[in-house]
Amino acid sequence: MTARSLFRNARLLDPATGLDRPGDLVVEDGRIAALGGRLTLAGEGETIDCTGACLAPGLIDMRVELREPGFEHQESMQSGALAAVAGGVTTMVALPNTEPVIDDMALVEFVARRSRDVSLARIRTYAAATKGLKGRELTEFGLLAGAGALAFTDGGQAIADAVVMRRALAYARTFDLLVMQHPEEPNLAAVGAMNEGEVATRLGLGGITPAAEVIMVERDLRLCEITGGRLHIAHVSTAAAIEAIRQAKRRGLPVTTDTAPHYFALNETAVGDYRTFAKVSPPLRGESDRRAVVAGLKDGTIDAIASDHSPHDQDSKRLPFASAASGIVGLETLLPLALELYHNGHLSLLEALRPLTERPAAILRLPAGRLEIGAAADLVIFDLERPRRIDVDAFRSKSRNSPFDGRPVQGQVLRTVIAGRSVFMHRD
Amino acid sequence: MSAGTSSLAFPHRHLLGIEGLSPDEITLLLDRSESYVEQSRQIDKKQSLLRGRTVINLFFENSTRTRTSFELAGKRLGGDVINMSVQASSIKKGETLIDTAMTLTAMHPDVLVVRHPESGAVQLLAEKVDCAVINAGDGSHEHPTQALLDALTIRRRKGRLQGLSVAICGDILHSRVARSNIALLNIMGARVRVVAPRTLLPAEIERLGVEVFHDMAAGLAGVDIVMMLRLQTERFHGSFVPSIREYFHFFGLDYAKLAAAKPDALIMHPGPMNRGVEIDTAVADDIDRSAIRQQVEMGVAVRMACLEVLSRELSNRAPAK
Repeated sequence: MTARSLFRNARLLDPATGLDRPGDLVVEDGRIAALGGRLTLAGEGETIDCTGACLAPGLIDMRVELREPGFEHQESMQSGALAAVAGGVTTMVALPNTEPVIDDMALVEFVARRSRDVSLARIRTYAAATKGLKGRELTEFGLLAGAGALAFTDGGQAIADAVVMRRALAYARTFDLLVMQHPEEPNLAAVGAMNEGEVATRLGLGGITPAAEVIMVERDLRLCEITGGRLHIAHVSTAAAIEAIRQAKRRGLPVTTDTAPHYFALNETAVGDYRTFAKVSPPLRGESDRRAVVAGLKDGTIDAIASDHSPHDQDSKRLPFASAASGIVGLETLLPLALELYHNGHLSLLEALRPLTERPAAILRLPAGRLEIGAAADLVIFDLERPRRIDVDAFRSKSRNSPFDGRPVQGQVLRTVIAGRSVFMHRD
Repeated sequence: MSAGTSSLAFPHRHLLGIEGLSPDEITLLLDRSESYVEQSRQIDKKQSLLRGRTVINLFFENSTRTRTSFELAGKRLGGDVINMSVQASSIKKGETLIDTAMTLTAMHPDVLVVRHPESGAVQLLAEKVDCAVINAGDGSHEHPTQALLDALTIRRRKGRLQGLSVAICGDILHSRVARSNIALLNIMGARVRVVAPRTLLPAEIERLGVEVFHDMAAGLAGVDIVMMLRLQTERFHGSFVPSIREYFHFFGLDYAKLAAAKPDALIMHPGPMNRGVEIDTAVADDIDRSAIRQQVEMGVAVRMACLEVLSRELSNRAPAK
């Protein structure tokens, strides 16, 4: 028997096609069967009234840390997936910085199996670009990709050696694969704990110059140019790096980039009096860099927004600032923070959703992120306007390390649907 | 305001830094210190103001001078003073900082005097304990009692702080003494310069209210006070200056460079000195020009004043749970 459901009277939003109209959507056997004005079910089925709500492709979070295997006290695939669906995320891609490191086919297959076990958000994975994330020997790109790795990265560590990075890009091109780089010159980054500038100087904290980012980005753009390998620059945070990428795109280089909500929603002053929840890598920047991130999203230089979900237990954060771990939990704040860009008038609604749907799907070549007939019915239904405060105590994630606790936002995920199945429903 | 009858309150539970203090509060601390200078010169140096109170000196970083100074200050006020040194290696795991705080707070100390190699660590600890906390130096952030003792030394020698021109020279980048002094001198209306090679200056230091120089002759021209800083080689990650010889040649204080300052300019150094690195021995020991020994004497008095005003606060509060 065919399983059917009708999502009635929603504001249908699809950045891929520019769709923004009221209407209905029909799901049959987990796939989108029809969308448009007034639709009816072709037989028995469930009708979900979406009056007053937006219906968009489920969000694709192209960079999260799930801590499994190895650090399950901070997060697991199960808790991470619960957080994801509560945040409207239907597909997320995990970094390989687990223990053991995901640098082997068996581990890529492990992630796929766990994703099926958990059976909530779809969990995909990157593989390490170098064995053990040590930055020296390349991993088996071809075999790992065959096992399901979406791209190759050393996660939060830059591939520092220019020869290794050149070979990674050149080798990746052989199989038309993507290399994702953490854009930070590691020696410049190692001397600091936050962005270099007045705030760091007042706090007596070592500063990381914003130039550490553009130095690595410009090097990698040159390597991208000579190799032709596809390069994705993770979480850009500075005006200079964004401008370098803007120019490279104009020259036609195969480069894409993303940012994380904290780089457009906060600046370095969030560190305040040594608030370790505001410690991230790359560090929160000054106000002019924050504005450049917004501008980069507006003109499309920045393709995607990823949460950079990075769960840490209290012991890792309740430390002197320089010793504390870097990272923010982001799965459950991704959508409302992205919607701030719409509510503040910086982006249209479709412009705010594109970096969360169509763009990351295109970069990673995922068959997702669109409202397309025949596509898997991965959907998010949300209230665009509802005001509320972010409350970390309500997070499904095992970790609470968010500098956004108490922040007033608008936007609430009401329902998350994966392959036609409602995996999350909001209760007031 | 005459010392001893001061009625001005010190409305802070802790002394974590100079930043955030008002001119009146700084003046109060300096005035109180004056009376303790006299007391410390008596044969009977002991008071009973802190009788029954416990002061713990909690040092996560080696220190002889500051710890001894605080110890004497506490004892001269009649308090019970305990010294605790925690090896840097065992605090690398930061839980120990919070754990240590929780352990100590269970012992009901009244004042914790804390030094820690990381910026912000003393504040973090202060948030977790029930008692008053005095920052005895945190990383490259603040060292408020050093700035107070420097201010007391200057005020006694020059009669004022307002309007004086002060050059702070050397390793500004790693110096908590520099940050606390820049804050205090600005609050009290002095003009502050910093003189250092560019590698030893943090970014946007001028935003803290200082004029920046990279040349000793220009930086010392016409100043009333020359504060030398210790080259903190233990905090160096990599090479900030190529050699001691080169550093002394360009930035070490000798009579030739001192000639640019006012003829009666006072020479100061927070100690311990690296003779022949940032300061020439003859200059350091010049009894007419150097206030370095006096700084040490003022240190005890200032710390007595800090302990006094913070414990005065304590008496108004209920005992710790």
